[in-house]
Amino acid sequence: MLVMKGIVKQFPGVRALDGVDLDVRAGEVHCLLGQNGAGKSTLIKVLAGVHQPDEGTIVFNGEQVRPGSPIDAIKLGFATIYQELDLVDGLSVAENIFLGHEHARFGFVQRAAARKAAREVLERLGHPEIRPAAEVGRLSPAAKQVVSMARALSHDARLIIMDEPSAALAHDEVANLFRIIRELTAQGVAVVYISHRLEEIREIGDRVTVLKDGRTVAVGLPARDTPTAQIVSLMTGRNVEYVFPPRGGRELGEEVLRVEGLTSPGVFADVSFSVRAGEIVGLAGLVGSGRSEILEAVYGARPATGRVLLGGEPVRRGVVGTVRRGMGLAPEERKAQALLLDQSVTANITLGSLPGFAKFGWIDRKRERAEAKRLSEMLDIRPPDPERPIRTLSGGNQQKAVLARWLLGGRKLLLLDEPTRGVDVGARAELYAVIHELAERGIGVLLVSSEVPEVLGLADRVLVLREGTVIHQGDAAELDEHDVLDMIMNGRAA
Amino acid sequence: MSEPTTDRPRAGAALPAAARGLGLGEMRHLGLLGALALLVVVGLVTRPENFATTSNLVSILSLAATIGVITVGATFVIIGGGIDLSVGAVMALASVWATTLATQSYGPWVMAMCAILVGTGAGLVNGLLIAYGRLVPFIATLAMLVAARGLAQRMSDRKTQLIQPENSAIVDLSTTRVLGIPLLVYIFALVVVLGWILLNRTTFGRRTYAVGGNPEAARLAGIDVRRHTMLLYALSGLCCGIAAILIMARTTTGSSTHGDLYELDAIAAVIIGGTLLTGGRGTIMGSILGLLIFTLITNLFILNGLNTSDQLIAKGLIIVVAVLLQRRNLKERAP
Repeated sequence: MLVMKGIVKQFPGVRALDGVDLDVRAGEVHCLLGQNGAGKSTLIKVLAGVHQPDEGTIVFNGEQVRPGSPIDAIKLGFATIYQELDLVDGLSVAENIFLGHEHARFGFVQRAAARKAAREVLERLGHPEIRPAAEVGRLSPAAKQVVSMARALSHDARLIIMDEPSAALAHDEVANLFRIIRELTAQGVAVVYISHRLEEIREIGDRVTVLKDGRTVAVGLPARDTPTAQIVSLMTGRNVEYVFPPRGGRELGEEVLRVEGLTSPGVFADVSFSVRAGEIVGLAGLVGSGRSEILEAVYGARPATGRVLLGGEPVRRGVVGTVRRGMGLAPEERKAQALLLDQSVTANITLGSLPGFAKFGWIDRKRERAEAKRLSEMLDIRPPDPERPIRTLSGGNQQKAVLARWLLGGRKLLLLDEPTRGVDVGARAELYAVIHELAERGIGVLLVSSEVPEVLGLADRVLVLREGTVIHQGDAAELDEHDVLDMIMNGRAA
Repeated sequence: MSEPTTDRPRAGAALPAAARGLGLGEMRHLGLLGALALLVVVGLVTRPENFATTSNLVSILSLAATIGVITVGATFVIIGGGIDLSVGAVMALASVWATTLATQSYGPWVMAMCAILVGTGAGLVNGLLIAYGRLVPFIATLAMLVAARGLAQRMSDRKTQLIQPENSAIVDLSTTRVLGIPLLVYIFALVVVLGWILLNRTTFGRRTYAVGGNPEAARLAGIDVRRHTMLLYALSGLCCGIAAILIMARTTTGSSTHGDLYELDAIAAVIIGGTLLTGGRGTIMGSILGLLIFTLITNLFILNGLNTSDQLIAKGLIIVVAVLLQRRNLKERAP
């Protein structure tokens, strides 16, 4: 149905695509794999009409096409669901779904008709509970994902490109996503599916194309039968996957954090736990189980009742105070909540500890740069130039810079929310090592992740959350993925 | 790297280190310098006998000084993601308050302090309303614009207040010359240098970029975003107070009609200088170059005896062209 051949896309200084071939059949789920920077995002943008290729051909249903703009691409029947959701927060669900092709007569929007149509699409997606009139900015990330999908469906797309659709989703929602994908492919729609999670690709994918350094290195491998080792080595040239650093050997120190009866009505209730110096504590649970919200409350960024003690002393509300007292947060939405995209890597690293680099407000830039350089080298942030704007770095390296921010200023406790979201396999292993390094320096770490293996592999102790309550608290070594999933999904304490 | 916003530090490699240090090496600044040079050439060609005279250059700089000081404050506010519409009115209020007979009876130093305190106070009110009262900057400072102008009219009874002969020390700022240049131009230069240092070398400046570029990230990194926002408007008010002293010196009066539409000139200069209205990016040097371009146009129109209406049209066109050019630069940068 879609054949791309020899696609080349050159940006100033970078050859993002250097001869990519892709061949997608009607009714299949075609998975696109590759490390960050391999060219997946650029390839998608070529299909979405955002970028025009410098060389190469795109043939769709036997005709050569050249999507010159996003509108062209939509008219051809290509719909794209981006990794960073592109919804308008201030508009309603229905308005977002039909953005660009509103139900209108003589220029007047017909709201009732739009809402009815939106409700139908949302029902088809299995999410009748999302109200078409609701404001998108108030929805959870998972619900936003559904709205993005609904938008693609509303265009009668024949080719849907999904960039990490499961990144923001919890386990049961992924199952729902797969159900929708299967329905779509049964109707002859082709899906190009990008994910870093191999187990998903095995479950939903038909064929796999692997990209590396802007080139296609393998076309149309069978998704279910190709050995993991082969795929990983195609992507990286190295045989690494989820490599967790060896557990143990760390000395646990004094208690740095104690949380008692933390409650935020309707979100989480009566949460109590503690974190010791050098200890990694993981919070496992679905999206909406209150994981991220608990982190925010501990950080002082969200009102809650109960007690939070840092180093034995109660913490007052407000982020300014908690940061000064030695907490740091690596938030879930890296770009929206953590990074100054226009600024250099250095400025991003030192943002959380600026007073430490200044005398009477005057920044000691030499020392600042030296520290940023030292940390970039220690965490192997690439490219190794701390003066680059951080927007030019890959997701994994941006995340390392966020972690580096909290290596400064003598932190006692770090809160990590989805630290490996949108990060490729190789960079993941590096981030895991960095997190262990943090703990070895005596920092207490509180970790949230949607991926159960990640929580189990990294944490010393695990709290399992379900609907805002802690249903299990115990040693990570005594749990396996199956136990935790069972608890999360069925509410059974082991 | 010359400034935190420099995306292509190598662009200015050929320039002397001092020029790079001031951020002149950035591509967009080269464009502005080019435009400025072009205007100078136009001046030399059309008015060879008048343009390059000392008195004309001094009058250009004196004209630029008042709005220039305000522009420095406006640059901070806009990089911090806000806008201050009240600058002209606050300056007028400060000039009136400082020239009432009661204030004048205490002498020139108290008059100057009064102007600075009134300006900073009005800015602080703006900041409190915006940071803690959660008003939109546009609305809060629009209200201040109207109210400050009204208060100035009420205090002065709509009359122009002359500076008394015993307080002529204020007026001396525009008449006393060092190396042929009036003192008020040195004050302007000092404000620019201090502003540049504050923006580029201090935690305050770094936080300004952070608060404007990504307030949520700034908050989660432990920056007190509200307090900083408040301080930004207070700083803008302080600049208005200083500008009030300069305009008093130049006109020998305090008046409720001073600084009419200065807010638009200041904002225009900042935009032409490449500062994003959405915040997080911009430079003091750009703003000052933008302002000089504007002032030079005014000067050229006056020298050539052209209509002031045409002058406004020309300025409008320049804003649009400058923004269009900058947008192209931004696009080139995107990966």
